[in-house]
Amino acid sequence: MTGRAGAGRGPRKPRPRTRRKLELALFLTPALLLFVGFVLLPIGFAAYDGLFRWTGFGPLGRFAGLYNYRLVLSDPVFREAFWHNLIIVVASIVIQLPLGLGMALLLNRRFRGRSFLRMLAFAPFVLPYATTAVMWLLLLQPSGFVDQVMKMVGLGGLVQLWLANLHLVIYTMIVVLTWQFFGFAMILMLAGLQGIPAELREAAALDGASAWRTTWRVTLPLLGPTIRIWMFLSIVGSLQVFDQVWIMTGGGPANASSTMATYLIYRGFQSYEFGYGSAVAVIMFAICFVFALVYQRFVLRRDTRGALTRVVG
Amino acid sequence: MRSIRKCAAIAMAATAAVALAACGGSGGTASSSKNSHVTLTWWTNATAGDLKTVWQQAATAFHAAHPNVTIQVEPIQNEAFTTKVPAALASNNPPDIYQQWGGGGEATQIPSGKVTNLTQLASSWIGTVGSAAQAWQVNGKQYGVPYDLHTVGFWYRKDLFAQAGIASPPTTMTALNADIGKLKKARIVPVAIGSKDKWPDAFWWEYFAVRQCSTATLQAAMKAVNLSAPCFLQAGSEMKSFMGTAPFQAGFLGTAAQVGAGSSAGMVANGKAAMELQGDWDPGVMAPLTTNKGINAQLGWFPFPALSGGAGDPATVLGGGDGFSCTTGAAEPACAQFLQYIDSTAVQIKVVGANVGLPANPAAATALTLPALKQVLQVNHAASYVQTYFDIAFPTSVGTALDAAIANFFAGQGTPQSIITAVSQAKASQ
Repeated sequence: MTGRAGAGRGPRKPRPRTRRKLELALFLTPALLLFVGFVLLPIGFAAYDGLFRWTGFGPLGRFAGLYNYRLVLSDPVFREAFWHNLIIVVASIVIQLPLGLGMALLLNRRFRGRSFLRMLAFAPFVLPYATTAVMWLLLLQPSGFVDQVMKMVGLGGLVQLWLANLHLVIYTMIVVLTWQFFGFAMILMLAGLQGIPAELREAAALDGASAWRTTWRVTLPLLGPTIRIWMFLSIVGSLQVFDQVWIMTGGGPANASSTMATYLIYRGFQSYEFGYGSAVAVIMFAICFVFALVYQRFVLRRDTRGALTRVVG
Repeated sequence: MRSIRKCAAIAMAATAAVALAACGGSGGTASSSKNSHVTLTWWTNATAGDLKTVWQQAATAFHAAHPNVTIQVEPIQNEAFTTKVPAALASNNPPDIYQQWGGGGEATQIPSGKVTNLTQLASSWIGTVGSAAQAWQVNGKQYGVPYDLHTVGFWYRKDLFAQAGIASPPTTMTALNADIGKLKKARIVPVAIGSKDKWPDAFWWEYFAVRQCSTATLQAAMKAVNLSAPCFLQAGSEMKSFMGTAPFQAGFLGTAAQVGAGSSAGMVANGKAAMELQGDWDPGVMAPLTTNKGINAQLGWFPFPALSGGAGDPATVLGGGDGFSCTTGAAEPACAQFLQYIDSTAVQIKVVGANVGLPANPAAATALTLPALKQVLQVNHAASYVQTYFDIAFPTSVGTALDAAIANFFAGQGTPQSIITAVSQAKASQ
């Protein structure tokens, strides 16, 4: 909104401008109210509650300043949980990206049973998280289905206590999370592939490029925006993993599979430390938020230019 | 996008409670019953088994006797109460009646202002429950009423003990260790435990403490929320050497206590393990987890063995009970009358029939059919002192910290000292 409209444009001009302002107000207000009421205010409340030692019952207890926040950051259990989140972030990208991309490239070709295979690969993502967790919990019982199958195919020696081994349990979780979410990576990549004109590949082929080279030099670079947005969603999702872990292990044994979110629920709701829990929530939010900002600024800038960076009007 | 919203939602979940609490204030006192129809929602932990039916029948019968009161039963998974109750008490719409375990947990809930003080309303009949009702008092005021009482001890399979050549259940720790050896030799998992839920671990450590510490020491420790007496440290060392004999099933750290056939209760019910240290409710938990109809006849019970050198009285038991509280929004006296009805001999006999525990109303004790439960009741009556589960007796945040420290100890993380330190730290940061 610069002042140039006011210069030498005659007296009739202000009307459409007020009208546009009215329109803006009309369309933005409801969303803005909801956003302030259900996003900004609660975050503010959480940040405020985090300043108190509060059990969640009755009035806010003693004012403690940043005590809760300091305590969270210095708690080895929280640090361990954060570390687990980082492991999940890295594992998700390293495993799901090639897997999802490979499946997408494969299922982008025409062959019989393609839509069936697509559906099959996408199905786990559609399952409710809780269902997935309970299903895997049963499969992974000691001498349960997984162990039996491994014994049958001669891998009995590799059978482990999948959910009870302190050093292994976080990787068991990664397998379950990969199973649930790689279909999402695949479907996004497939959608991205649909947007790449066939002519480009044909042109490359006519110029004598091999299929491998075409994929590597033409398809993948054009798939960049899709990959970058998938990575964003995957990382933010990995920082917030909760449902599957909570149901399958409760974050245990001995916090070996805890995440920031299970730590939050455990301290906030189970041990009735709502002030402390709010501090955890705020720190978790800050981590997600800072990451989102940095990622948008440096990685997504090319993709979102025009949508976010240009001043509208 | 979903993820970003979730980020905010997590922050919100914690604060929604605050906003609602602030709005709630002291509103919602009992609306007088002018023959107008009232509905009472009732959160119970009976999600399966006979108790679920008993509660439904009680609700129906109460409605028949008081046509203007409808009781709506809402069964909720036991483990969900710890998270659901605080959120509900901070909201404007808590259930009218909810599961209440008394002790420090109840005391933690009182500042919400949403828990009804039943002292006056129950004064005419609370005497029938006897001294057990005291565990549901906070500062001498009755905020909850028990419907059953609990005692922790060993539930064992008589058939598997016989198979391993064990003539009679052990009465000393040395005998228990010897029996565990015999069971192992017979290729039977000696002891099942549901460590995923943490509190079953706590039963073990607490019983070692109860056998190691004198009654006076225990009482003082509960009052001061302090475990610095040397006997508590000793209990941890005893626990450690016991665990050194590897008495539990493989992968016990990932085993649930009560959910599914693979849980510790399910293992004993299905003959996959010989015993477990659990509450007297165990037969009721086991029944729906197995197709074995003869399970009740196969189950035996024995108290936690005596520990040589311990200062504790071997006749002391670890226990607690289940009860209900009314919330201030509930119509009175309807809600208190319903709790009275629950403790009436007629309903108590049905509660006993559901094999969930010992009746709060002693008049119903005659209805105990399971011989093992009669034995539990005897031990409970003969007990010189009933030590409430530590995590219930302590304020909730301290109790949870204790359970977590014990669970870590079971997972090989931490020392006997770290359990004691966890309690003092949790108390300090209250």
